[in-house]
Amino acid sequence: MFWTYLRRELRRRMRQAIFIALGLALGIGLVITVTSAATGVQNAQAAVLHSLYGVGTDLTVTQPPKQGAGGTGISFGFRQQIKQARSGQVAAGTKINDNELQNTQNGTLSTAQLAAVSRQQHVTAATGALALSDITVTGTVPPLQAGSGSFSSNFTTSTFTVDGVDVARDTPGPLSSAAVTSGRAFGQADATADVALADASYATANKLKTGSTVSIGGTTFTIIGIVSVPQGSSPPDLYIPLAKAQQIGATGTAKLSNDVNTIYVSADSASNIPAVQQELTRLLPSATVTDASDLASQVTGSVGNAASLANNLGKWLSVAVLAAAFGLAILLTMAAVTRRVREFGTLKALGWRGSRIVGQVMGESVAIGVVGGVAGVGLGYLGATIIDTIATKLSAITGASPASVNGSGVAAKLAQQVNSAATHTVYVTLTAPVTLDAIGLAVLLAIAGGLLAGMFGGWRAARLRPAAALAKVE
Amino acid sequence: MYRLSDVTKEYNHGAVLALREVDLTLADGEWLAVRGPTGHGKSTLLQVMGGLDRPTRGTVEFDGRDLGRMSEAAVTRVRARSIGFVFQAFNLIPTLSAAENVETALVPLRVGDAERRRRAAEALDAVGLADRLRHLPGELSGGQQQRVAIARAMVKEPAVLLADEPTGNLDEDTRDDIVGLLERVWRERRLTMVVVTHDSAVAARAQRIALMRDGRLTIAPTSPGVDAIRPRTDAVG
Repeated sequence: MFWTYLRRELRRRMRQAIFIALGLALGIGLVITVTSAATGVQNAQAAVLHSLYGVGTDLTVTQPPKQGAGGTGISFGFRQQIKQARSGQVAAGTKINDNELQNTQNGTLSTAQLAAVSRQQHVTAATGALALSDITVTGTVPPLQAGSGSFSSNFTTSTFTVDGVDVARDTPGPLSSAAVTSGRAFGQADATADVALADASYATANKLKTGSTVSIGGTTFTIIGIVSVPQGSSPPDLYIPLAKAQQIGATGTAKLSNDVNTIYVSADSASNIPAVQQELTRLLPSATVTDASDLASQVTGSVGNAASLANNLGKWLSVAVLAAAFGLAILLTMAAVTRRVREFGTLKALGWRGSRIVGQVMGESVAIGVVGGVAGVGLGYLGATIIDTIATKLSAITGASPASVNGSGVAAKLAQQVNSAATHTVYVTLTAPVTLDAIGLAVLLAIAGGLLAGMFGGWRAARLRPAAALAKVE
Repeated sequence: MYRLSDVTKEYNHGAVLALREVDLTLADGEWLAVRGPTGHGKSTLLQVMGGLDRPTRGTVEFDGRDLGRMSEAAVTRVRARSIGFVFQAFNLIPTLSAAENVETALVPLRVGDAERRRRAAEALDAVGLADRLRHLPGELSGGQQQRVAIARAMVKEPAVLLADEPTGNLDEDTRDDIVGLLERVWRERRLTMVVVTHDSAVAARAQRIALMRDGRLTIAPTSPGVDAIRPRTDAVG
């Protein structure tokens, strides 16, 4: 009788039932779409972070650059030459070709500090690396009276990025997610050799292959392998052994012997990451210790915008639509109960208990909720598919130069160009995967919506005095 | 069966007095017709007797138990087992078929599906609607709908049938059919029956007639249409 009565009643007020179910479906569909989009954005952020900091890296330690310690990206030698040109010590027409491997982004950490990090509790591995920029400035010194504007236009800069990596250990580190597509990887014997690995994209663009040579900071290196990192990554252009990077790299005029500028740290478990972060902050008070969530917050560009859109606007839009749908379901259910007052009065006269009538009303509401939930899952899939179809590639900008560039002179202008080139822009494709969790959430919401509407309707029905209900004129 | 003593029912904190100190005794198997103008308390009396409402003062004894002092659950059980209702507007569930409407009276008694269907079919057969089991109320005439309502009231074999203007919505011919049917079930089932009616022709078939005016009940000494209490074993007329 329960199911027969329920089915017939829903059929009688089919239009209203469809209306309520559609409202719930819209809300639930939005929740699924937004949840899926948020998952997609999280995946995109994770892809960006993994590509930049490597799979298996839980924390990174960097040191902010010291005030006035260079870090503008323009080599010390070139700045000296500009000064000399301005004072007339370098004659107009002199050709300048300056090439240096510079630490343009971060301050430095010593290998002793790296060792101290690796000794901390819950740290399973710590690897140091040097992220550097090879900067070449070429041009001819113009006549002095030409002014500073034409002075700067006489020079061109070209840069590429170079990571000095620990050849004895890939993970954690910049090469942890890289795969060798040609040639070979670094071996322990390469620690002090003039050998390099080239990123596949950079190698293609510059027609490099195994056996080719490149000049890095004035030293010629032989390419021993081509490596490819996962899609969406922004790898350095070249990798060289850490010891060589320390030998030829510099921060301004300061050499980088025994220095690194990034330490990649793995913790023994995800739950211990906060504890490790605390330990490292205490150990290196002036350093910046970042975990994945900190890193995610540093990622800007359209990935950040999409995350913000999904987390803020999307979330509140879903809540608003869902609340409206719940409210609508409650109001319409209560209106339906009001129209059926005499029917419920009759059932009470026949000896139906109030709880049985409440159960009947709730059953009808939950059935509508389930239909709304199923339709909502369909709408959610549709929304996710639309996002998959129309979503363009998202950009993520990371590694913005921490070094401030002051002044308006030639060196400052060129430094800005270099630093701008040093930031990483990663492109990732946004997908909106509909997870089982999202579907489970939708089912729960649908049942909750139905139960809520049924509770209000049932409460109204249960409160009816049979005599008053029977006196109701329809 | 019923003993009403000093029953008063007030509404709006005494602003409306629907029943005033009503005293009534009704024996098992008795048929009482209650007449009176609209709005003078006839339906309220029926609701109080059926446990659908509680008196403000006085006692409504049903089989020795005061309905006014029983819990809501207990009164609901009494209604489910012992009291059948017939309403002027039939009050059938519009989405359920004739048979399913009759079955609704057996739901509170937790009768199994098959048994419920069998008894509903028998009840409809008894009121001459064996061929209308699957018809919805909207597909039946007024007289047929009232027959379904009578079948619904009788299917649980109650001790009492309370009918509120059962012929109020029917034409004259149909009215006679329904009154004939009520009289027949009263005889066959040895029912105690209270019928509220405006219609003197319907009231004339009862054993006793009471007049309700301004909430006061006056029992006529004898019914003009009935010489004496009829034995319940009488043949159906």
